[in-house]
Parts: sequence; C-alpha cells; structure tokens
Amino acid sequence: MSIAWYLAVSAIVFALGAIGVMTRRNPLVVLLCLELMLNGANLALIAFSRMWGNGDGQILAVVVLTVAACEVCIGLGMIVALYRRRLPIDVDELRELQG
Amino acid sequence: MSSILFFVAAAGVISGAVGVVVLRNPFYSVLALVGHLLSLAVLFLLLRAEFVAAVQVVIYAGAVMVLYVFVVAYVGDQSEPIGERLRGPGPVGSHLRLAGAVLAGALLVELLIALLGTGLQAIDSQGAGYSPGPQAFGTPAYIGKLLLTRFLLVFEVASFLLLIAAVGGVVLARRRKGLEEEDEGDLLTPMGLLRPPGTGTMAEGVGTQVTSSRRDAGTRYGS
Repeated sequence: MSIAWYLAVSAIVFALGAIGVMTRRNPLVVLLCLELMLNGANLALIAFSRMWGNGDGQILAVVVLTVAACEVCIGLGMIVALYRRRLPIDVDELRELQG
Repeated sequence: MSSILFFVAAAGVISGAVGVVVLRNPFYSVLALVGHLLSLAVLFLLLRAEFVAAVQVVIYAGAVMVLYVFVVAYVGDQSEPIGERLRGPGPVGSHLRLAGAVLAGALLVELLIALLGTGLQAIDSQGAGYSPGPQAFGTPAYIGKLLLTRFLLVFEVASFLLLIAAVGGVVLARRRKGLEEEDEGDLLTPMGLLRPPGTGTMAEGVGTQVTSSRRDAGTRYGS
C-alpha cells in the first residue's frame, strides 16, 4: 500500500476526534476523543517515518504516547475531583475552574 | 495480502473512532476505543513499527484503558449528562453542535489537501527500502539505540513529565478533608521563623484574606 492511504486514514481519525471534542458534553468522552486526535497524529508520524526510512518519527510517536498517558492521568484526576465535590459532570455546566 | 490486511485494519480504526464519538454510554465508548487501538496497532505493524505497535497494545489498550474503565465505573453510568436531562437539547446547543461538526468537516478537507496534495513524490511509494534483521528499522533494538544516544534528552524529559503527572494526579484526586484539618494547626515553616506573626508585612494582610476565603469554599463544597 502506498503511504498516501495511511495518511488519509490518519486525517479521517483526526477529524472524527475533532467532531467528538466539539460536540460531546461528557468530559470522559471528550478525553477519549482527544486520544483519537493524538492517535491520528501518531499514525501520520509513523507513516512519514516509514516513508523516509528514518526512526525519528517513531521516537516522536513514543513521546506522544507518553504525553497522552500524562494527559489521561491529569484529566481523570480532575474528573474524580469533580465527582467528589458533587459538581455536574458536564462541560457546559463547568464554566469556572476555581474552587 | 498486505493490502487486504490494510483495508480490514483501516475499517476497524475508522469504525472504532465513529463508535467512540457516536455511542451514548461512556463505557461502550471506552470499549470502542480499545478496538480502535488494536486495529491501529495492526496498521503500525504494516508500517514496520514493531516496537510502537507493542507499546500501543500493552500500555494504551492495556493499562490506560483499564484506568478509563475504573473511572467510568466510579463516576457512574451517566449515559445522559445531568444538565442535558434537565434542560433538554436547547436550540442554541444544537446549532453550536452543528457548527462544530461542519468545522470538523472543513478540517478534514483541509488536512486531506495538506497531506495528499503536497508535492512529495515519495507519498505514492511503498516507503524506503527495508531489510529484515535483528537491528532492522523499527525493532526494539533500533528504537532503544536511538533513545539512548540521539534522543537521550527527550527520554529524560519524558520520564520527568511522567513523574510530574503522577504527582499531579495524586494531588488532584486526593481526599481534601484530611488536609484541610491539618492546615488548621500552626505548622512550623521557614518563612514563619523569618517573619513572626504581628510584624505587619504585606503577605500577612493578604494571607489572612486568602485563607478565610479558602475556608469558605471548603465549607461550601465540602462533602
């Protein structure tokens, strides 16, 4: 398969994640859709890495995985803190982050 | 053979992504994301990224998704958010959602133009040459050598970032009650030794206000 097919798949996954981030209201699902966007970027990075036969793209993909794990850690911690304070789990209701 | 595998895996990737966005129950969204990640690992294998595919399956589809499942089970099965049930889908919200979907469609068109419409000639090729072997492109030995020689600084910064995120997660999700009570007592701090109470510093005037408002917030939201 030519590299262009992989790039098309990565663009579609990124756009689907963007739709989810902009339309869903549950912060858990918003985090999941952020993962989708990061995965689309990862697929493009690895496709370009294969295109040039160079390992730098794969290293960057591993770093993106690390950053995604950190983001999940912080995001889920915030959701658990929201739930403990009986605040609504809804991004439309959460107008202020002060507490 | 590889093209059949590509189309099967790409269908899995895209249908998993659609499932994450469309499904109402967050638990099913997490399961759809697991399927998406497994298909994506197949695509990575087709692109000769063996190490990244293994990391994807073990860490992402294994550890991170288990964390998600735990939080979904803890927060509860809220297929409809509370505000949505009370107010109903208002006219403003649905218009904004439609605008968001249109914006994402425009983003897709722009990305396709930017990625596929470039003048890169190698984009239509199968990629660079590949010779199998123990140190070949994408194997753990290859990635490990790169990480410990050329990208050593990146490696260390990533480990430090993981440490900070772990500490931040613990601080965010801890129970606040115990620590609030601990703050009531007079703690011996170096600044307290330098500035005994009653010296009339600016920090003292500001600090009393801050602590009183924080206590009010604690009683308001305290559970």
